[in-house]
Amino acid sequence: MSFNIGEFISSIFDLTAGDYLASVWGTEPWVSVVLDILGILIVATIPLLSVFFVGLIERKVLARMQDRIGPNRVGGKYGLLQMFADVVKMLTKELLVPAGADKVAYFLAPILSLATSALLFAVVPFAPGVIGTNLGVGVFYVLSISSVSVVALLLAGWGSNNKYALLGAFRAVAQLVSYEVPMILSLLVPIILASSMSTMEIVEAQAIPFVIFAPISALIFFVSSLAETGRSPFDLLEAESEIVAGFHTEYSGMVFGLFMAAEYMGIMFMCFLFSTTYLGGYRFFGLEEIVVGNGFQLGRLLGLFITIFKGALVFFVFMWLRATLPRLRIDQLLNFNWKFMVPLMLMILLTVALLDRLILDYIPQVGDAGRAGIHLVSNIIIGLAGIEVLRRSARRQRQRHNTTSTVLAVAENEGAPIFVAAEVEPAYGHDDHGHDAHAPVPAH
Amino acid sequence: MTLEQVIFILVSFLTLGTGIVVVTNRNLFHAALAMMASFLGVAGLYILLDAGFLAAAQLLVYIGAISILIIFAIMLTRRMMQAREASFNSQSGLGLFTAVATFALLAAVIGQFWWGVDAFNGRPDVPDTVLQNTVSSLGKAFVSPEAYVVPFIVASVLLLAALIGAIYVAWPTVHAEDEA
Repeated sequence: MSFNIGEFISSIFDLTAGDYLASVWGTEPWVSVVLDILGILIVATIPLLSVFFVGLIERKVLARMQDRIGPNRVGGKYGLLQMFADVVKMLTKELLVPAGADKVAYFLAPILSLATSALLFAVVPFAPGVIGTNLGVGVFYVLSISSVSVVALLLAGWGSNNKYALLGAFRAVAQLVSYEVPMILSLLVPIILASSMSTMEIVEAQAIPFVIFAPISALIFFVSSLAETGRSPFDLLEAESEIVAGFHTEYSGMVFGLFMAAEYMGIMFMCFLFSTTYLGGYRFFGLEEIVVGNGFQLGRLLGLFITIFKGALVFFVFMWLRATLPRLRIDQLLNFNWKFMVPLMLMILLTVALLDRLILDYIPQVGDAGRAGIHLVSNIIIGLAGIEVLRRSARRQRQRHNTTSTVLAVAENEGAPIFVAAEVEPAYGHDDHGHDAHAPVPAH
Repeated sequence: MTLEQVIFILVSFLTLGTGIVVVTNRNLFHAALAMMASFLGVAGLYILLDAGFLAAAQLLVYIGAISILIIFAIMLTRRMMQAREASFNSQSGLGLFTAVATFALLAAVIGQFWWGVDAFNGRPDVPDTVLQNTVSSLGKAFVSPEAYVVPFIVASVLLLAALIGAIYVAWPTVHAEDEA
């Protein structure tokens, strides 16, 4: 088969360029190596480049929500080239290494941070058959890679030789390690429902999106993914009213830029992961299977757009929360996690596992819709029961609080569930300054 | 040399080289970093053996949990800022004996399985379907009565006991609550 430029362009549009090139170049061993390297470059580079747009979109949307205009000068009408200008600015800035810094840790941290964020995209199913690598242990891979990114924060905090950075890193590790638990538990629910760990098979199993099966566990996953990416209201990692900028206090120029890019890539990945595991990924009423003309797979292109659309939807909620919610205190954050989300999620996980086995073994005739309905009902019951338990314990806490008014601060710090504590005393550190905390206008 | 062999040599050098750094570096923090790199190399070896699940578990457990624990321990010990501990002590004779004994043991165990297989001409052909389903085979082996259900449950009980023990130790006594 000889190379035909028209067919090649068409194969790019239905996302089969790899297969096409393989069929043109033959089956020699170097072909698969070259194609693999091309694939790695594409999967790692496109998320990195889309940080430019995601960052701009976030700044524009946040500005609109806060009744501002946002970037509007650079690159014509909508500040389209603002992020490019910022990157150029960061590239021209001097790299300042603080005195007494541990240079190995200091420079390894941003690299590790960006590398782990880029590695995560290998298992995102973008469209039918379009995935970096369809690992059998896809979701487990995600968890293990994101546990490595914790090391990067620790290195940055330690290497900077700065108290604020070190405190920020300690906070970050406490938060990330704690919220990993409900995240893993809530990711197990789609794994059980799809009976596979591969992200591709989880998407394929979602004729009905899993968010309908288990809305409460989807919500818990969403909340813990907010915390894992350090987004408001869980942005204690860089609470600038307390610890300057957290673990990246001492970073300047493009090294800071790497952290920022890694952060945005992590956020994008979490959005994709949520849409993959709970919203049905690229599936949307069979739209992803359309084939037109002589074998042009329009559905794959549509699948790509559906994935991006769903991811963008989740990202919009991320931005929305950031624009509206104040920051939590560290004790509220950890209490909410360990005393509410983890027990609730354990209950949900046990019920889902048991129910699903029972349904599949004894009443398989109810079909997909019946299965979804039973799971939905059980999930909502557990969710309501959990909230009721929380409310009771909150009431008890409040009564104790009223009777022993002298130990006001202690009682509040001691295991008061977050809703209550927030009612009694509003959390400080409201993120209400004009531009966002990690917009690419580094204040340092 | 095939590409796989090149990758194997690189990964082995990463594992062994950083392993040497772990024991020779005088800066404890850097030694811990090198240990992480060494663990990463081991994960790479698992991937070369098509044991994806084991590789991911290696990353999650050794780099994500144990290394972080070690780094915290180093950070919280007293002389962390100097980080100039002596890296050798005077027990080299005992160390040599332990190293030789461990090597002999490993060599004996590996050798039992080695000579049957042609170790230098690639791996035996395992069909892709088996490799894709390692997780489900593992899961079945853990709960099947013919396989590993007893060790699995014993391990679970041990972990549960540790959890309860931790809660008991951390549980505030009535007395402490009154003081607060």
